[in-house]
Amino acid sequence: MGFIVFLVLFPFLTAAILTMTKNNTVRKAVVYTGSAIIICTAIVFSLTALIKGIDSGAKYFGVTHLVHVIDTVMLGIEILLMVLIVYLSIKHKKYYAGLLSVAGTVLIAWLELSGKAASVQNHVYCDKLSVIMCLIIAIVGSLICIYAVGYMVDYHNHHTEFKDRRTFFFPMLFVFLGAMFGLVISSNLIWIYFFWEITSISSFLLIGYTRTKEAIDNSFRALWMNLLGGLGFAGAIVYSTTVLHVTTLQQLVYHPASIITLVPVTLLAFAALTKSAQLPFSKWLLGAMVAPTPTSALLHSATMVKAGVYLLIRLAPAMSGTIAGTMVSLIGGFTFLVASMLAITVSDGKKVLAYSTISNLGLITACAGVGTTETVWAGTLLIMFHAVSKSMMFQAVGAIENATGSRDIEDMHGLIVRLPFLAFVMIIGIAGMFLAPFGMLISKWAALKAFVDAKNILLVLFITFGSATTMLYWTKWLSKILACKAQTRLRRNTTSLGQWFSLAGHATMMVMLCVLLPVLSIKLIEPLLAQLYKIEHVSVLAPEDMVIMVVLLLLIFVIPMVARIIVKKMTFKPNMEYMSGINQGDNRHFVDSFNQPKLMFLSNWYMEDYFGEKKIWKISVAIAAAVIVACIGIVIGNLTGGAI
Amino acid sequence: MMLKTILGMVLYIVFAPFVGGLLAGLDRKITARMQGRIGPPILQPFYDVRKLINKDILLINNMQYLFAWCFVIFVVFTGALFYGGFNILLVFFVLTTAAMFFVLEATTTNSPYSVMGANREMIQMLSYEPMVLLTAVGFYVATAFTTGTGAGTFSVASIISESNIPNIVVLPGVFFGFAFILTIKFRKSPFDLSMSHHAHQEMVKGITTELSGGMMALIEVSHWYENVFLLGVVALFVLCNKWWSIPLAILVCAITYFVEILVDNTSARVKWENMFKHSWIITLIFGVVNIFILQMLS
Amino acid sequence: MAKLAKSPWLIHYDGSSCNGCDIEVLACLTPVYDVERFGVINTGDPKHADIFLITGGINSQNKAVVEQIYSQMPDPKVVCAVGICACNGGVFKDCYNIIGGVDKVLPVDVYVPGCAARPDAIIDGVIKAVGILEEKRKKKGGKH
Repeated sequence: MGFIVFLVLFPFLTAAILTMTKNNTVRKAVVYTGSAIIICTAIVFSLTALIKGIDSGAKYFGVTHLVHVIDTVMLGIEILLMVLIVYLSIKHKKYYAGLLSVAGTVLIAWLELSGKAASVQNHVYCDKLSVIMCLIIAIVGSLICIYAVGYMVDYHNHHTEFKDRRTFFFPMLFVFLGAMFGLVISSNLIWIYFFWEITSISSFLLIGYTRTKEAIDNSFRALWMNLLGGLGFAGAIVYSTTVLHVTTLQQLVYHPASIITLVPVTLLAFAALTKSAQLPFSKWLLGAMVAPTPTSALLHSATMVKAGVYLLIRLAPAMSGTIAGTMVSLIGGFTFLVASMLAITVSDGKKVLAYSTISNLGLITACAGVGTTETVWAGTLLIMFHAVSKSMMFQAVGAIENATGSRDIEDMHGLIVRLPFLAFVMIIGIAGMFLAPFGMLISKWAALKAFVDAKNILLVLFITFGSATTMLYWTKWLSKILACKAQTRLRRNTTSLGQWFSLAGHATMMVMLCVLLPVLSIKLIEPLLAQLYKIEHVSVLAPEDMVIMVVLLLLIFVIPMVARIIVKKMTFKPNMEYMSGINQGDNRHFVDSFNQPKLMFLSNWYMEDYFGEKKIWKISVAIAAAVIVACIGIVIGNLTGGAI
Repeated sequence: MMLKTILGMVLYIVFAPFVGGLLAGLDRKITARMQGRIGPPILQPFYDVRKLINKDILLINNMQYLFAWCFVIFVVFTGALFYGGFNILLVFFVLTTAAMFFVLEATTTNSPYSVMGANREMIQMLSYEPMVLLTAVGFYVATAFTTGTGAGTFSVASIISESNIPNIVVLPGVFFGFAFILTIKFRKSPFDLSMSHHAHQEMVKGITTELSGGMMALIEVSHWYENVFLLGVVALFVLCNKWWSIPLAILVCAITYFVEILVDNTSARVKWENMFKHSWIITLIFGVVNIFILQMLS
Repeated sequence: MAKLAKSPWLIHYDGSSCNGCDIEVLACLTPVYDVERFGVINTGDPKHADIFLITGGINSQNKAVVEQIYSQMPDPKVVCAVGICACNGGVFKDCYNIIGGVDKVLPVDVYVPGCAARPDAIIDGVIKAVGILEEKRKKKGGKH
């Protein structure tokens, strides 16, 4: 219990210290110590939680004596935040954001002040899912903070046009972490809502960091979409407390299924869809790219979007087989396919990563929506793999941008020669994202099987076509990085020590996750599923498949290593590339029809005529919006039908 | 069970190159006859490989070597898993990984023709991948019918040993879709975009342009492995727990192979757009609809 | 044993030929002559080829090209000059831009004369080239 309080409060404390820190060296020290403490606490906490509570299952904690104080403080902060949002939205003439914020906050304030809120026994809930999420947030999130210190120095060296607001930036990062911890260990819906809103608002503030017009527009887009979700969340709380007299998430999920319980579940799922940037709300996450890289890394990997899918996984048992589940799984599957198609057509590295995040979240969402044990197993694994690999890749792209001045994939041609270490990090990340036998693929496999079992041909369609498109954009990128362009020189690597530490940490984690996959599955995720579904024993991976996984894993590590050694010893005649006999001799130029050397340029395919944003964006958003409206409509229609 | 698995894998690893080579020789002979020529001896592919082994290897850089080996090992591994009777979905995933190494082998050279071939190979992967995965799904859905148990299976061994009738009976659409993309996998006209066994000036040798000598021999042999594996998947459509399914499977494989050769000789190479559109449309119409109907029935 | 003889792959390069010999070279692939009977394949890629088949003489424009393609063929390899122009420049010998036959820039192993060289002569030349190829391999093997 002490650990939990510490984990939630300590980041806020660090943030407070950081607001007062002007000096970069001091800031560095504070960030490093803060992050180290968070990581250590989280590890100790999870170990104790797992060892002590591994058989007794989930633990509820009552926080009775302080509840009133905490509730009042939370309400106060919420109202303060609302005032802030209203002020900012009036200042930037984006009134709708202010309105949404007022609507949500007023609902909750009314609920609390009117005394309608039933007394809550359990505010905090801690099970294996919370532990997994805590670990992800603590380790990945803190490493991103460490990375940010070095990155922001470079960033402000490159971008002198932006005001240095680091005294604002770093506290926000830590506030974010604190809010995430709060979110994943709260059981009380009002508490979850509180932390939910904090993540929305701090992401809004972080995206608007540079204060350019684009940044402000994008940050407000993020804000209104998330506030809309927040409004849905608030609606769910009001409904479940007043009608169902249910105040905690766990009670709601295990409430006997009926058309009445379905209403808050659907609303919560809707909130989660906005948060995890599913269609039609994907635009905000794409817009978030304008912020400095650590923000993107944080939003895309450990926090924010993960809050959405976390909630969906929690809701999965309640959604399984209902119209809410159908909505979530359809939206998720559809997003998986569409985002992966869009990822083919863009060449900006960060944008590809953004689309791939949306796409992967789509897969997790679809898994949660189907809500069988297999899919939730896959979804949980995906959350872990995605958090680590995406955070790593964002950081690597950021470092590449700082070193080469570009984050375009076309400019990453021959990165393996120019910046071998960063390229290597990228390769591990990409391999982790789609290559057999890494987690992503195993999860996809489990998901596909479950979708077939669920007899959902649409989802099967999404996943088969989506796998093809996913494979294309990753292979494209990988092949660019690995191209050995002649006569390219080693670039000076401007990556700082802290950044290296973070990247290396991520890479190690990635490899560990892959190697330990069977252990993770048996020791952590399968018991978690048993807990979530309140059944005795779950086993997803058949032993013989597990064996193949291990063999594959060995192959994929061992073959390149062995081949590397053989190749190093090998002597071969280096030969020119074939260019119809008119290679200039340097493998980079050919002789043109005027007998002049001409630079050869090789580019990837982008297939814009098929998958371009112009072609499919609007229609996809329309379809997704229609699905959501239709499903929520059905849920509410059922309700009135039932009442009559 | 264990014994069968190991036997299947060993038999595949040892004999697949011979079968594959013979098939390639047969292919060239039949092609020649269709064109009114006498054609090379049946053993010609083996002569080619022997020659290639005896030639020097010219490489652009040594990464090429690394990826080519990865490709070969993964292709062999794919087939071995298949003939070992493992999970067919997993088999296809490994196949994709192998294909990716093939692409990397070409792009790492940074040579214009190789890279062009590799790009086209990626489009080919994009075109056939959905149908390949749907084939696995198709087997899973179909076995629920053909085994009579109501439960599907992805395991190759179970698909054969538990089906009471050939799965092709309930999977005609999926079979057609798979045969369609088989043209891409066999690198036959009209879909031999990334490489071809014939000289095509506009792309030289496509994805294999920068391979020479022993490396090229290795790639040839791994294509034989791949072809034998693919024909194995074709056979899987027919095989069931009746003895007569074995000759029938061989017959179906032979017919499929012959039709592929016929198509190869009667059609010209198409643009990638055509290949991409057609394979996705065929996948949707035949594969998806077939599976959808099956799911509705169960 | 003949390790190379049964599978000669060739690359055909048109120097400054009048296209007469080129047509005859391609005629070898047609059903009438069917050079694939001997395992001959026209690869179009020097890295796969064993025999470098050149038609037409060498001029100052294509000298570097011919040399480069030759350098991109893996050993052992042979050069086969097809047609009188490739052998010694032919009727264009004294033109301002013609350097001469292929042997001015590359070590030619087989000369196939004719204007244009007849398909049977070309096939004969290729078969001769295969013999030389085999000798070269043995010589190279002996060195090791």
